[in-house]
Amino acid sequence: MVDAYYPGSLAEALELRTERGAIPFAGGTDLMVKYRRPAGVLPELPGPVVLLGHLDELARITEEGGILHIGAAVPLSVIESDRRLPYLLRSSASQMASPALRNVATLGGNIGNASPAGDGICALAALDARLRIAGSQGSRSISLEEFITGPGTTLLREDELITEITLRPSDCTRVFYRKVGTRKANALSKLSVCADAAVQDGVITDIRIALGAVAPKVLRMKDIEESLRGSTPEELSERIPDVLAAYEKHIRPIDDQRSTARYRKTAALRLAEEFLRNLSEEENRE
Amino acid sequence: MNQIHCRINGSPVAISSPGTRRLLDVLRDDLGLTSVKEGCGEGECGACSVLLDGKLVNSCILPVLAVSGGDILTLEGLRETERGRCIIDAFAETGAVQCGFCTPGMVMAAAALLFEHSDPTEQEIRIGLSGNLCRCTGYDMIVSGVALAAERGRGLW
Repeated sequence: MVDAYYPGSLAEALELRTERGAIPFAGGTDLMVKYRRPAGVLPELPGPVVLLGHLDELARITEEGGILHIGAAVPLSVIESDRRLPYLLRSSASQMASPALRNVATLGGNIGNASPAGDGICALAALDARLRIAGSQGSRSISLEEFITGPGTTLLREDELITEITLRPSDCTRVFYRKVGTRKANALSKLSVCADAAVQDGVITDIRIALGAVAPKVLRMKDIEESLRGSTPEELSERIPDVLAAYEKHIRPIDDQRSTARYRKTAALRLAEEFLRNLSEEENRE
Repeated sequence: MNQIHCRINGSPVAISSPGTRRLLDVLRDDLGLTSVKEGCGEGECGACSVLLDGKLVNSCILPVLAVSGGDILTLEGLRETERGRCIIDAFAETGAVQCGFCTPGMVMAAAALLFEHSDPTEQEIRIGLSGNLCRCTGYDMIVSGVALAAERGRGLW
């Protein structure tokens, strides 16, 4: 019995996915841990896997017409050091796991695994990422927000693979990234905050706030962001209490082995507040 | 079963194994490369660290099929090189080894770091070793060991 396939191309990988129902396996850093068994015993994966990490088609980063295309199997260590990519994404990639894991783990895997604590997902949500999904009938594009439906669940079909992540250029330069974990390396996030904003001529022209691990999915409230666009820093400063109260209603964290719901909620709100205060005060000084 | 061809410590090797078998088990059980330790078995402790094409990886969560065509270096290979001896001597001098269980992984992490940053800052050393746990030394002696290896091995890296 074959338990793992090593396709020579993306087309072959899709064929294996369709015909053998093979599970997509990029870096495997989640799958090998989730299905591990004692030393010397094969991991108990729920079916055959198709390896993807070696495919050149999934390992490229390109820029076309200002849009960045990040191959789904590009390792995090490459993401963190590619200066074409947004600082928010590089910053979160550089704080994920450890050097050895970052050499293997991928953004495509982080998305496919769809953990509420996935740090790559939080940064990509703030950046309005879209995904290119290839299937036996051709390919489609879908927003990351729509693709992930809940903890561990996505809209990936049985015959599909995530092939790339696409990012539109943004003017945001006020980047804020905070990950709260038990230790710096190798800790899954208790919570994380990914935010950025653009300010032009004393007016906030763009603002995005994504909160990770405080709800079943990354929390982004676009109506609030929209209502803040066009504000001056003074106006923002006055609105901070209302904005935080609105977030508070939608933050629904859980208690688990990493943290408590109460801690997650308090810390997420304080960090969001720090981002908003920095933004309002920085501009007031000008 | 899968047939996997790769290089291990400079020699071509053909492995016949289920593809999802951990590289760690192949290295230890089939090839007797017991410098590669199993600590946590889930990529948290770095005791199983080896280099794959010059990059640090955790062999406990890497399926052997994923190293097809790759070049694997374990401490058994590294210690035969001038670079390896430089790190090992520096570790010995700074007292970077106590029980020794984490040491092979630490040496591999140090090598991966020095290949990339020949003159690392203390912060870069600490990040380079951040995926490797040591329960004896408190890390300071290991950090000193890597700094000494960087200094003494100028030109080597």
